[in-house]
Amino acid sequence: MEKIEYKDEGKFCSGHVACAGCAEALSMRVILNEVGDDAVGVVAPSCSAVILGGHPMSAAKIPVLHGTLESAAASASGIKRALKAQGRDDTTVLCLAGDGGTYDIGLQALSSAAERNEDILYICFDNEGYMNTGGQKSSSTPSKAVTGSTPLGKTTRKKNMIEILAAHRIPYIATTSPSHLSDMAAKIKKAKTIRGTKVIFVLIPCLPGWGVADNAAVKTARLGVESGVFPLFEVENGVDYTMTVAQRTKPIDGYLAQQKRYRSLDDAGRAELQAEVDDTWSRLTERAGQTG
Amino acid sequence: MNAPAFNDTMQLLNGNHAVAWGVRLATPDVAPLYPITPQTPILEKLIDFQSSNLFDAELLTPESEHSAMAAAIAASATGARVFTATSSQGLLLMHELLHFAAGARTPIVMFNVNRTPASPWGFWPDQIDSLSQRDTGWIQLYSECPQDSLDTVIQAFRIAEAVNLPVMVNHDAFYVSHSVEPVSLPSKESVANYLPRTKRDIQLGDGSNRSLGAPIDQASWNLTRREMAKAMAQVETATEQAGRDWSDMTGRLTAPLEYYRAEDAEILFVTMGSMCGTARQAVDRLRENGVAAGLLKVRLFRPLPIETLRDALAGVPCAIVLDRNYSPGMGGVLHQELQAALFGVQNPPRLHGLLAGVGGVNVSVEDIEKLAHDYRNAAQSMQPIWVD
Ligand SMILES: Cc1ncc(C[n+]2csc(CCOP(=O)(O)OP(=O)(O)O)c2C)c(N)n1
Ligand code: SF4
Repeated sequence: MEKIEYKDEGKFCSGHVACAGCAEALSMRVILNEVGDDAVGVVAPSCSAVILGGHPMSAAKIPVLHGTLESAAASASGIKRALKAQGRDDTTVLCLAGDGGTYDIGLQALSSAAERNEDILYICFDNEGYMNTGGQKSSSTPSKAVTGSTPLGKTTRKKNMIEILAAHRIPYIATTSPSHLSDMAAKIKKAKTIRGTKVIFVLIPCLPGWGVADNAAVKTARLGVESGVFPLFEVENGVDYTMTVAQRTKPIDGYLAQQKRYRSLDDAGRAELQAEVDDTWSRLTERAGQTG
Repeated sequence: MNAPAFNDTMQLLNGNHAVAWGVRLATPDVAPLYPITPQTPILEKLIDFQSSNLFDAELLTPESEHSAMAAAIAASATGARVFTATSSQGLLLMHELLHFAAGARTPIVMFNVNRTPASPWGFWPDQIDSLSQRDTGWIQLYSECPQDSLDTVIQAFRIAEAVNLPVMVNHDAFYVSHSVEPVSLPSKESVANYLPRTKRDIQLGDGSNRSLGAPIDQASWNLTRREMAKAMAQVETATEQAGRDWSDMTGRLTAPLEYYRAEDAEILFVTMGSMCGTARQAVDRLRENGVAAGLLKVRLFRPLPIETLRDALAGVPCAIVLDRNYSPGMGGVLHQELQAALFGVQNPPRLHGLLAGVGGVNVSVEDIEKLAHDYRNAAQSMQPIWVD
């Protein structure tokens, strides 16, 4: 077993309101610690807003604007511009949103901010569904997953937000996972040094939403990475792809077995999912190989 | 409102360019803007000023009015002075965030050009776009002409920052937005004096690590509305003060409610926006013909100056409300508001609610003169009356 070295800076307080065992809280801790004090946050309605807690408490030691679901990136743009007008150009403006707030209702505002290359660090906690409203599908939900609004399994694929953002040619896009905390810290650190729009996707296996055991969020996330379901990589300037975990070591079965949302999947369904993952992986590594 | 005589600080400006001049003089820090006819000349003029280094706000041009308002709120929450502008569909798209801005107590100033909302599509002056936002917690002011728009947009920053509530200033599409008149421009220095920078209490990123807008319990939310009510209660006085100080500086007096030949009036027209100009002329003509007519211009619509209105209307024999808007199933919004405001007044006027100019149809001086004759002795009806 790998020992994770991690020094907590105390930017994320205990007493937050995440489900016990939630990997989003763990990720939030790493992100906030890495972002540091000179930061202003925007949080969209989502688990992250709930995790940060109700007024007058806040689990974050940075000020946070609780914004609206569809306009997180626009709010962050407003803060960045206002701080700039006040001579505080170096302050990090950190956006924390869910996949619904990123892939669906907030896509328009995010695309616009990306097109303007606003100097913001946008984190998408990708739990592949609307968890704050009880677990319905978002366009990030992968095919065949059962959710509150896809009781027979989703019939369409997960939207490829990374390629959509890459097409905007923003300077930095990355994926990371709570199973790889040093990778997460390194990516936040790197993003902080870059001016312009940075978007980082964090895989969050949601305990109630996916039907994952309370002690298995990190393990599930690790299996997601190791099986190539959630590859860890970076895209710079929309064209330079780098795999940060270069190998796939497992089939997807172990990952699926951790979750109840695939419980009625048969062998054919599993094979289809495996084929989808294989296809995505080979396209991705091809890009990384071609450019890197 | 009569345009002042020309002098060297005058320019021929249309209403929208007068707004842009006012905004330039008010020096906001951030201005998120999205184009919509007939607001667009405000946006273009500000961008023009910026590219000539005459205006150094952070201009942000996002993909929609919804995002423009989101950016405005967030920027204002850091303590920045913020301006935006819109019209009709744009204002309606912002609706969710209008509530948000007021709740977050962000003193944003927004200029709205009153235009008919779809469907069917139209581009003409009608105030239902802004009037249907009356419950969002925004202060609403209505301007009559380009000079009024310049004066009011600058005053709006004073009022907003005095009470920590957002202000929407409105003028009518084309009649004001695109009509040209000589506009007197105050100096940069005098406006800087008039609008000192204040340090606001609620500031995101002021080092205190306070968050803004997190979920709260019922009682605390209730408290936020009570606090808003307290702020609203100060608006009429703040608007009066803003107008008096403006008069000391420019010689032009503005007030929440303005009267024209209203003393001893037998017939008082009550209206808002560009219709005031037409009504003013009709009043002159009626007076020439021996009819004691007058005008009450409602400049501050939200909060409605209820006590002042009750005083102004008690004892007036006949009041004719001219509404360039229609709330379906009810009638003219100003008419309904006045009916409510007059409840229980001793000696109230016979109040006539006329739907005049809905959809931007023209209402002439002669039309208004005729209305005075038609309704001066008519019995009051609770129903709105469509003017042909
Ligand atoms: C305009 C609007 N529509 C609906 C909602 C209700 N709502 C709040 S959170 C949420 C789901 C968010 O899902 P996601 O962004 O994936 O975040 P998660 O809860 O999964 O962390 C919804 C639909 C809202 N706040 N605003
Ligand atoms: S619902 Fe899921 S993502 Fe949200 S706090 Fe609970 S475990 Fe975490």
